Amino acid sequence: MQLSNTPQQRYLLRIADAALILSQRNSEWCGHGPILEEDLAQANMALDLLGQARALLTQAGLPDGLDEDQLAMQRLEHQFLNPVLFELPHAADGRQPGDFAFTVVRNTLTAVWFTLLWTKLQSSRDAEVAAIAAKAVKESRYHLQHSADWCVRLGDGTADSHARMQAALERIWPYVGELFQADEVDAEAEASGLGPSWAGLRGEWQAQMQAVLAGATLTLPKDRPNAHGGRLGVHSEHLGHLLSQLQYLQRAYPGGTW
Amino acid sequence: MSTTQNEWPLWEVFVRSKSGLDHKHCGSLHAPDSAFAVQMAREVYTRRQEGVSIWVVKSEHIVASDPGEKGQLFDPADDKVYRHPTFYKLPSSVDHM
Repeated sequence: MQLSNTPQQRYLLRIADAALILSQRNSEWCGHGPILEEDLAQANMALDLLGQARALLTQAGLPDGLDEDQLAMQRLEHQFLNPVLFELPHAADGRQPGDFAFTVVRNTLTAVWFTLLWTKLQSSRDAEVAAIAAKAVKESRYHLQHSADWCVRLGDGTADSHARMQAALERIWPYVGELFQADEVDAEAEASGLGPSWAGLRGEWQAQMQAVLAGATLTLPKDRPNAHGGRLGVHSEHLGHLLSQLQYLQRAYPGGTW
Repeated sequence: MSTTQNEWPLWEVFVRSKSGLDHKHCGSLHAPDSAFAVQMAREVYTRRQEGVSIWVVKSEHIVASDPGEKGQLFDPADDKVYRHPTFYKLPSSVDHM
């Protein structure tokens, strides 16, 4: 698939793919949640993310005459531009259905990030993007409330739950840096008024995370250098497996509908 | 597996579907405390736009009538139709009573 790959398109795809891939990941809990109510909650929130992804993919595809389905189902792995953080499996050892502590930690730090991002995107010079953000910010605020609540309950829970939460935080931390790396796509979006530079969100993100983690009696890990390049299409080994499930139907039956 | 001691308490959930209407009982769920019960009620009972407000109350705080006393409690009302205000003519301007 040929994409025009303008900085504007890449900026939108980075956000759309973050939402799409996290949606797919979190929907893995469907039918496997730790309790019935949380099973539903994860599915509900995954559907919110899917809706956000659909809207942004539609926007991103306009210049190339591509629709949301083509972008989601027919792009190749290196054409996905989500940060690596979003594609990591729930458990490091491949255990199914996954490590719920990791799910909670990732959902919390991505919800803080999404909330900051959507808040700023509400004043995008692109009226469509601003409208998408106005709807999405309500969803991400709820995701944050829900996830931060779990974070505090498990972090400040038993010795066992605390240890699992801290371990999940240590596991995810090296991937956080990519969320705030400045590059030309970021700078161009900020300059043109399309959306905020992600790099500029770091201070506020860190402050909010610190508050949540303090309430959860968890310790902020040290920043570690990393070289993850999901936003440039350079992914971990996990994305290909995820896409093989996500895209299976359209690969097996191109254009299939029901 | 959780033992009886570790089980979360049961909560009854009431949802108001529109401003101005009553909260209606719609089901129950397990949750460790009231805040979580409200959040889970939101997930389970309002995901199809069912509500604008949620109440939860611990099931153990609800005092119920004894099903065994159904006869003596409710049957005596059976033949007292005069308790219904059906013998009054309502002005046509009154739509719903």
